[in-house]
Amino acid sequence: MTRADRVGGLRDAYRAKFRTEIALQFAYRGALAIWLLGLLLGPIVYLVVWTTVARSQGGAVAGFSAGDFAAYFTVLMVVNQLTFTWHFYEFEWRVRNGFFSPLLLRPIHPVHNDIAENLSFKLLTFTGVAPVALLLLVAFDASLQPSAWHIIAFVPALMLAMALRFLVEWTIALAAFWLTRVSALNQAYTVALLFLSGQVAPLVLFPPAVQAAASILPFRWMVSFPVETLLGQLSGEAVLVGLGVQIAWIALALVMLRLVWRLGVRRYSAVGA
Amino acid sequence: MTSHDEPVIAVRGLRKTYQVPEREGGLRAATGSLFRRRTREVIAVAGIDLTVASGEIVGFLGPNGAGKTTTLKVLSGLLHPTSGEVRVMGYVPWERPSAFLRRMTLIMGQRNQLSWDIPVIDSFELNRAIFQVPRDEYRTRLSELVELLDLGDLIRKPIRNLSLGERMKCEFAGSLLHRPEVLFLDEPTIGLDVTMQRRIRGFIERYNERTGATTLLTSHYMADVEALCRRVIVIHHGRLLYDGDLSGLVSRFSPYKTIVLDLEPAEDSIEGLVHELVGNERWIVSVGQERVTLRVPRSETTGVTTRLLTALSVIDLVVEEPAIDEVIDLVFATTAESGELAEASTDDPS
Repeated sequence: MTRADRVGGLRDAYRAKFRTEIALQFAYRGALAIWLLGLLLGPIVYLVVWTTVARSQGGAVAGFSAGDFAAYFTVLMVVNQLTFTWHFYEFEWRVRNGFFSPLLLRPIHPVHNDIAENLSFKLLTFTGVAPVALLLLVAFDASLQPSAWHIIAFVPALMLAMALRFLVEWTIALAAFWLTRVSALNQAYTVALLFLSGQVAPLVLFPPAVQAAASILPFRWMVSFPVETLLGQLSGEAVLVGLGVQIAWIALALVMLRLVWRLGVRRYSAVGA
Repeated sequence: MTSHDEPVIAVRGLRKTYQVPEREGGLRAATGSLFRRRTREVIAVAGIDLTVASGEIVGFLGPNGAGKTTTLKVLSGLLHPTSGEVRVMGYVPWERPSAFLRRMTLIMGQRNQLSWDIPVIDSFELNRAIFQVPRDEYRTRLSELVELLDLGDLIRKPIRNLSLGERMKCEFAGSLLHRPEVLFLDEPTIGLDVTMQRRIRGFIERYNERTGATTLLTSHYMADVEALCRRVIVIHHGRLLYDGDLSGLVSRFSPYKTIVLDLEPAEDSIEGLVHELVGNERWIVSVGQERVTLRVPRSETTGVTTRLLTALSVIDLVVEEPAIDEVIDLVFATTAESGELAEASTDDPS
């Protein structure tokens, strides 16, 4: 089989998976709506809290006006929705109940299954998130006036953030091969992500030590960085460096994923699939 | 990959042991295990050799925990063996090369592989794409499978709306769309009613006839094995007890035949007479006024029958091989008594 055949086969598999996945989501419209509501609620709460704080402080907190907060959390909501993954919640159940075995017996890496699931879910939910975001921008009088180059730079920053977050979280999910209860690990990761990716507050409002940690670790590059880019908080140079850091992290995450995957599958197939 | 005379499945010295954590019940033991974990080695497969030729249907028999499922999982690539050499169509299964995965399938009666919530046909379409089956071939095979399994409109419904038997039929169709050359079937008829069992059985037979697929199947239902498998492999406590044809299994493990005679009602007790004619107390199962039941060594069957027929007024005579279920029971009971394998675990490690 040639490389072109393989790529063509993969594309075909993705297309089929998209179709079934979208059919599946439609089969559970109600559940999808509730999911979406949950996704939107967090950022909206932070948005309301921070704009209220800003107003009560005489209009701004550390240079962030109420309008800035509205813009930040609205863009954050969109970026978070597009980058988030849920696979580490699913892996424990998969491994425990033997649902992983059928995936292993397909002549295609299981990661493709999850990428396709992830993208199709995003595609569907984005149609719900986008109007809500527009509504929030207007309702909270957000100060969002990105220049053309901010918008252009936002696109790769967002796509790289999606890739990075997916790879990191999928690799973490593989811990389920070793631990029968991975919830504790997932919880720790989720808390770190909440603070260090700028979901509770913009990273610039944190002490320098926290900001440094967020930049050294992959967290900033998975969520906050594209938001900062679109809001025009970064210089051209900072954006370019950021994209470079994202690419470097993705490369590292890919290596880690392959390594952990190999060890994990060996372990899985040693202890009884 | 495989030449003509080379076996499709070749297994040599296959061993699989599991490390299972061990602790006693109760809080003290639970806290103790926080600091010191004890594990125990459970032997699931204790060294098996076997070969299967192209196109064979082989029945894999053994009680729960015998190592059947473990062996099937090793052969299909889900499990890494502890030691031993395995080749399936020339591939090392647990390396799971995609060329291998595209040529075989594993169907487990207790597990669904098709998506629960979407119409079956959508899951099939996904399998087509994943296994890269060309569209025209897919259409031919699908209509063939729909016909063979009598699927009809079922494929338009989601799996969750189907009965257990209908689900199993769809599982079969979905797993065979890529026309595998090797089939591993783990309890494919489990939980199904007798009619559905028969249909699945008939289907396996016809699929094998049409495609020449090599098939290894485990089942607790002897009817499956009797109908499908000329050759059976019996394993118990991870060891191979028997590998040969089904009739050989019966004569090897059950050297007796059952003789049942229906008699004209007699005035006097015939017990003494029967004892004298049979010649061995131990061969007599029961003696009534109208019926005598005996369990006689194969070699003596003719002699005993002749003597009884001449001396008694017989209405009807039946000489039977013991039921295959009984033979299997006997096999496992004998080896359990002998105690030679008592070390191995009895719980199913799969």
